Amino acid sequence: MTTQVESLAHARPGFFQKYCWSTDHKIIAMQYLFTGMAMAAIGGYFAYVFRMQLGFPNQHVPGYGLVTPGKYNALVTMHGSIMIFWVAMPILIAAFGNFLIPLMVGCDDMAFPRINRLSYQIFLLSALMLLASFLVKGGPFGGAWTAYPPLSANGAYNLTPAGATMWLIAVALEFVAFLLGGINFTVTTMNSRAPGMKMFDIPMLVWMIVLASIIFMASVGPLIAGAVMLLFDQTMATGFYDPMRGGDPLLWQHLFWFFGHPEVYVVLLPAMGIVAEVLAVFARKKLFGYKTVLYTAWAVGFLSFVVWAHHQFVAGIDPRMANIFSITTLLISVPIAEMVFLYIATLYGGSIHLDTPMLWALGFIAEFLVGGVTGIFLGASGTDIYLHDTYFVIAHFHYTFVPIAIIAVYAGLTFWYPKMFGRMLNETLGKIHFWGTVIPFNVIFIPLFITGTAGDQRRVYSYAQFAEQARPELQHLRTTSTIALIVMLAFQFVFLFNFFWSLRHGKRADANPWRSATLEWTIPSPPPHGNFAELPTVYRGPYEYGLPGHAQDFLPQNVPD
Amino acid sequence: MSTSAKPIANTRSATGIPTARLITWWVIASEIVIFGGLLATYVMHRIGHPEWADSASHTLTWAGAFNTFVLLTSSLCAVLAHKAADARDGPRAAKLLRVTSLGGLIFLSVKAYEWTIDIREGFVLSSGGFWSFYYALAGLHALHVLAGMIILLIVAADAAKNRELQRVECIGLYWHFVDIVWIFLFPLLYIAR
Repeated sequence: MTTQVESLAHARPGFFQKYCWSTDHKIIAMQYLFTGMAMAAIGGYFAYVFRMQLGFPNQHVPGYGLVTPGKYNALVTMHGSIMIFWVAMPILIAAFGNFLIPLMVGCDDMAFPRINRLSYQIFLLSALMLLASFLVKGGPFGGAWTAYPPLSANGAYNLTPAGATMWLIAVALEFVAFLLGGINFTVTTMNSRAPGMKMFDIPMLVWMIVLASIIFMASVGPLIAGAVMLLFDQTMATGFYDPMRGGDPLLWQHLFWFFGHPEVYVVLLPAMGIVAEVLAVFARKKLFGYKTVLYTAWAVGFLSFVVWAHHQFVAGIDPRMANIFSITTLLISVPIAEMVFLYIATLYGGSIHLDTPMLWALGFIAEFLVGGVTGIFLGASGTDIYLHDTYFVIAHFHYTFVPIAIIAVYAGLTFWYPKMFGRMLNETLGKIHFWGTVIPFNVIFIPLFITGTAGDQRRVYSYAQFAEQARPELQHLRTTSTIALIVMLAFQFVFLFNFFWSLRHGKRADANPWRSATLEWTIPSPPPHGNFAELPTVYRGPYEYGLPGHAQDFLPQNVPD
Repeated sequence: MSTSAKPIANTRSATGIPTARLITWWVIASEIVIFGGLLATYVMHRIGHPEWADSASHTLTWAGAFNTFVLLTSSLCAVLAHKAADARDGPRAAKLLRVTSLGGLIFLSVKAYEWTIDIREGFVLSSGGFWSFYYALAGLHALHVLAGMIILLIVAADAAKNRELQRVECIGLYWHFVDIVWIFLFPLLYIAR
């Protein structure tokens, strides 16, 4: 066994081999991370442009130009698609999953490294396909990220015939990439664990990524089939979604949300996992109720498959069905709330260290709570009929998605940065970045709860153009939201500076700067090719912190009693 | 490529299930959801549109029945190949896998003949709800048959040299899955009135 590790370590690949064609899980994780960060920059830029249009209507946007109705539609569609499919998924699941699963379960790579590489290559292809749609006639798809037919099915309606088809192909390719990656994660965790690592010794993040992968796999299939049907409708004159020809536009909504709602939990669970790891380390306390966290995650996964129609309360579904979906939707908040309680219980009586990762983790809990609680209003069909498609919905899901895809990702990045790059991030800049992100984030979206409740419809490029939507007395709220967004985006440059400056100039990180007990911290930072000089054996669970009567206050998983 | 060192992660088996078999089952699980979504959609539309039975009566039931026979026979060869691989008889496994692949070729040839007749009679993808589902479902299945044929030949090439014999079982599992999908498609597309 050792000879194999040595032979891997001695291979000296060239630049292309190492960074573009590698099967090393750590390199693939970096490819996913940097692709995701680049896409996040694009998605953030789009948010800036259309928020400027809403805050300062019909004026020249610095760095873009005039936002026409068609361009506005394309911008919001691309912002949504990019942030969910090309930022949240690759960073939360693929980057963290690839980097951490083999390290945390104590093996040298993924079970299937070449499938892993193929997964990234297909993902990159999908990103390039999406970006290429900016260059075609008519521009990128502008039919909203949910792509409801008949708008999405007919180029004469959406006015972006080529962009719509390219968007669809890009999304389908992205699904294939994450199917391959997710199956690999699942198999690696099931089979490649270090000797002695039993089911309940697996770090919570690994569990969460695997559960997310399984939920993704079980929910995306019908939408892949649905995407092919939509593609046929767009390009080959079929009528799957056309009621005139025996089809049904509601079918797409069912297929889309049967995937789309579990997808929320696909990205939520890894974020919850990151937060669990960070909380335990910085509270110096065992994760409270490990098994209960796990069981609630399973419950969330199961329930997430029976809530999808709460997106369709106004789509003409049977009111009796709406009642059932209201109940299941309210039910799913129970396990989620339980998980949050367990996290708060982890803090109770802990020795809390407020380093940057911990700030992000605590920020996640606080902000995600707002998102969860406002979801109750949308899950109940009565209130949803009023609030549907208003800015209340926008504010609600940004209060879930920003904590997931931004705040939890920053918790993870600041926590594992030393392990990934062998250097420490600057703490002061980290704290400036934290407050500079979290405060403006609330200032962006709290006003949108108010405008939404007052009746502002989403996907309207200029309220002044529609008499019943104008409501000039709300304009100061829209403008406030836009200015807060600009402030928040500006503070991201602090992070980028910190990130790239620390790569070269940060303090060198030792193997275990946070005094953490999981396996990835038992090896040098950054880990060498092949990861473990001697493959570890596991003797205990991942969260043995705050132990009295020991030289250190924690016990790594691989140290015998 | 297959000579490059495998990571230790690939050789471990914490569950006791060989890793290759485990991932094959997960791939099949993901495929079940894809076909399941499309089939469930079709069945629900079919129930809502009794008039589609008129279109369905134009399908060539005898061709579908013959193809069912061909696929089932090829699956038998896949089982025999698995048995040969278990006995470490790589060359025999390879021969049987190639016969299995040939079954796929016969299946696709019959399909091509059948679709030629359908299209000549004017029934194309956009001829109405039933025909859209007919071509989408059978087309997706045919793509899986084609992919399976290619993988069968790749696995056979290795098996002939007694290499990677564990893959014989895996491609067999996949082939049975493709077979079972057809067992669902045949009555739903050809026989149901």
